[in-house]
Amino acid sequence: MNFAHLFLSTLPETVLEVAALLVLVVDLGFLRKTELKTRTSMATLIGVLGCVASLWAQIWVSGSKGVVEYGIDGTHDVLLFNLRWAGAAQAGILVLTAFTLLLLTRTAFTRHAGEYVAVVLMSATGGLLVSSAQDLLIIFIGLELLSLGLYILTAFAKKSGNSAEAALKYYLFGGMSAAFLLFGFSYLYGLSGSTNLDQIADAISKSGVIAASPLLYIALVSIAAGLGFKVAAVPFHLWAPDAYEGAPAPAAAFIASVSKVASFALLITITTAVLSPKWSLILVVLSTASMLVGNLAALAQVSVRRLLAYSAIAHAGYMLLGLAYLRVDGTVSWWDGAKAFGSANALLYYILTYGITTVGAFGVIGVVERTTGSDRMDAFLGLHKRNPLLAAVLLVLFLSLAGIPPLVGFWAKFNLFAAVLGVSAGVVPFALVALAVGMSAVSLYYYLQVLKRAYVMPPTDETPIRVDPVTMLVLLLIGASVVLLGCFPSVLQNWIAGFYPVL
Amino acid sequence: MLAWTIYLSFAGALAEALLPKGRAGLARGLALLIAIAGLGIAVVGFAADAGKGRITIVDVAWVPAMGVHYSLAADGISRVLVLLTGLAAVAGVLFSWNIELRTNEFFAFFLALIGGVYGVFLSFDLFLLFVFYEIAIVPKYFLIAIWGSTRREYAAMKLALYSFVGSAMVLVGLLAAYATSGSHSTGLDALAHAGLSVQFQMWAFPLTFVGFAILAGMWPFHTWAPTGHVAAPTAASMLLAGVVMKLGAYGCLRVAMSLFPHGMDAWGVSFIGIGSWRDVFAVLAVIGIIYGALVALVQTDFKFVIGYSSVSHMGFVLLGLMTLNQIGVTGAVLQMFSHGVLAGLLFAVVGRIVYERTHTRQLAELEGMHLSKRMPFAAWGFVIAGMASMGLPGFSGFVAELQVLAGSWNANPWWTAAAGVGIVIGVAYTWRALQKAFFSDVPHTHHVHGDEHGHAFAAITWPEVMGFGLLTAASLAIGIYPRILLDSIEPAVKALLAGGGQ
Repeated sequence: MNFAHLFLSTLPETVLEVAALLVLVVDLGFLRKTELKTRTSMATLIGVLGCVASLWAQIWVSGSKGVVEYGIDGTHDVLLFNLRWAGAAQAGILVLTAFTLLLLTRTAFTRHAGEYVAVVLMSATGGLLVSSAQDLLIIFIGLELLSLGLYILTAFAKKSGNSAEAALKYYLFGGMSAAFLLFGFSYLYGLSGSTNLDQIADAISKSGVIAASPLLYIALVSIAAGLGFKVAAVPFHLWAPDAYEGAPAPAAAFIASVSKVASFALLITITTAVLSPKWSLILVVLSTASMLVGNLAALAQVSVRRLLAYSAIAHAGYMLLGLAYLRVDGTVSWWDGAKAFGSANALLYYILTYGITTVGAFGVIGVVERTTGSDRMDAFLGLHKRNPLLAAVLLVLFLSLAGIPPLVGFWAKFNLFAAVLGVSAGVVPFALVALAVGMSAVSLYYYLQVLKRAYVMPPTDETPIRVDPVTMLVLLLIGASVVLLGCFPSVLQNWIAGFYPVL
Repeated sequence: MLAWTIYLSFAGALAEALLPKGRAGLARGLALLIAIAGLGIAVVGFAADAGKGRITIVDVAWVPAMGVHYSLAADGISRVLVLLTGLAAVAGVLFSWNIELRTNEFFAFFLALIGGVYGVFLSFDLFLLFVFYEIAIVPKYFLIAIWGSTRREYAAMKLALYSFVGSAMVLVGLLAAYATSGSHSTGLDALAHAGLSVQFQMWAFPLTFVGFAILAGMWPFHTWAPTGHVAAPTAASMLLAGVVMKLGAYGCLRVAMSLFPHGMDAWGVSFIGIGSWRDVFAVLAVIGIIYGALVALVQTDFKFVIGYSSVSHMGFVLLGLMTLNQIGVTGAVLQMFSHGVLAGLLFAVVGRIVYERTHTRQLAELEGMHLSKRMPFAAWGFVIAGMASMGLPGFSGFVAELQVLAGSWNANPWWTAAAGVGIVIGVAYTWRALQKAFFSDVPHTHHVHGDEHGHAFAAITWPEVMGFGLLTAASLAIGIYPRILLDSIEPAVKALLAGGGQ
């Protein structure tokens, strides 16, 4: 394997990066004198085309090999990139990025459309790297690329004080958590003598000394703190409500979806390497705290964005539960069926469907906000009269988040909980699943609070809300996919399972 | 063929949602058409397959990775309840003829609810059943919250949360059964034959039973029912009491009891005569019968009387189920049908015919209106409905409650004795409401609003007469010749008890 191969295997990332630079060149080089509308459309167009090209490259790459190994000094090849199941996460990241970009059209939070799109694309590049990398250094670089982009995006509404405040909080928390993560990584390296997750896993499983070492505990706790911040797990969640509330709507959609997908893909990778009762215990603690705090705090929110932030925390809790009971071997499962759906797949299913639902939700919030100037619940009063289609999309998305069948959010939960019980049907996982199911019953209350305003309570203002065709089309597409993927759940399941070549 | 009841209802709901605003007449006509078509299919399906056992309608793989099948079938119990749903749907549309606010949306939610209910009664895959069960929850919320009356938002949210908590319990039981059985199938038959261990069934049974029984209004989880019924618009009350509560009872029978039959085995220890989950739930059912009747006796709001009477009548269903013998369970299913029709009738008279004209449901205010003279149709309508409800021979309630009592006598005479007390109180509260609302001789009161100087009430409209006639005829037909339904129910119950008792 040589560097040309390495370049080839990171083709999707490269394409996306080139697209980002192209956006900057076109926007700053040729369109400076034209009006904002044209610049935004052009930048969006290039960005979306970049995502499509990258997706195409990604399909080609994962079809060609799936695993990238890289030999060091003639020793046996080590796994550098794992494109097997990560392919699903990467494809998801690219699709979600394209959707968030399309939601940008007609927003007026910035005059710097080119830079905005470029930062989104670079951040998404970081996401792609993070979700497939198997080496601590690449993971860390990818994560920083992803995060730095997110900080900038949060602050992108330069005239808004909230935006700046949220970005500063996000940045400070992020910096600290990156330090924790690096600290944990360094311990892992120190214990095992390698930065490669495969070799680390090898070292831990072979050496009882390492596995029993208290230093491993410190490493795992630090890593959990660093990644817990990325997925907004309690108690590392404090940035989330502010960032969700302060960031411009498309940026918030990006933070809530793409960054989550990448971080959970990374968590699956790391969990695969260091899976042990210790790690599971840490995840269970984070998961339980997130489910409880997220759902209960969401009950008290009046800002729909903050509500979504707390609901995101709760959803992270459910997913961490799936992660704590991860079983990665997708070919063999608890039914010994060839097409069985392992817990890693269930987790990917969850995060991808959650991502698409959240992007849609933020799309609706963005539209409402542009018209009413507020993201308070009362801004949604009478939405069914002001724009019936928009209200219908909101209904579908929020019911899906609450987990009402036959929408896709229900299948996500069902897959995940069934997978948890499938890995271990003891008392503890059972109690945790019962807690999760109970908590999602609680969550219906706050989702209904928003829907109640959209459908039930008398409107204060009945002027129709106009939505530009592109945004409406994207929202309808998202709404339709949430319904259709829910009615035919095996489509997405098979697609995700398809990324798992039989070993 | 019965599957078309589901598809028609959902297609109708979609069509209603897409109808242009302001075309109320069109929306009503379409809803009535869909409901009648559904009833027609239910009747034809019932008549064509009567006496046959279970008929598989469709069975295709839905989620192969999890062994979930889109499996619709109908046995005698399903056919009877589908028939009930058809009746309730037609009557519901007729009694909501006066809805002027967002008419098309009202019927969209109404038909979506009906579609979900049909789906539950026809599902023979546990998973599919659960999906339809949850589909029915959301429209209920909006029907009450948008078109309801007294404290509607509170009642709607309470109802939605109770239902969702119940279904969460069911989901946990479902996941557990699925994971434990390892049978790679969620079909009801496959799970029933999975040989689940007795210890497992011992806790899975109460979990799922309570989860479903919440929706059946089992004491002490009934409190959503009166508030929900009272707040709901008439058609929604009719559906809630008429068919939605039956969903819960049906779930208890079809899922909890037939999948986890050993959950009802004796614990081996006994405390004040209670030695198994079966005893626990039977006692709760009996408490529900008496408690519901007693509370109905002291209500000042006419609709609350009917709301609590539903709790009492559903107690008979649950008691019948817990007898675990042929006659008792048959009676329970018959009581589901009977109460579905009669509750619809009572809510129609109280919520639609009387309330829409007098604009009050307070018995104290109705007393001064002399409704028996000024609204004879309503008065005699309530007499008929009330007689049927208190179990007068000749109406469906009599046959059903008699069978439940006979079954419970075989199981435990004390239950029968206590339930008998409930029947007596049932006569009392119906009589009291009847007397106060219609036949009171309190002097005419002029201060009552909406009733200045005794001006005539609006005439009874044809949809009201038709809806009333339909439900009364159904109740009378079953009361006089119960074999129509019993021939379908009995073999199905026999099969269920035999299959469940393995």
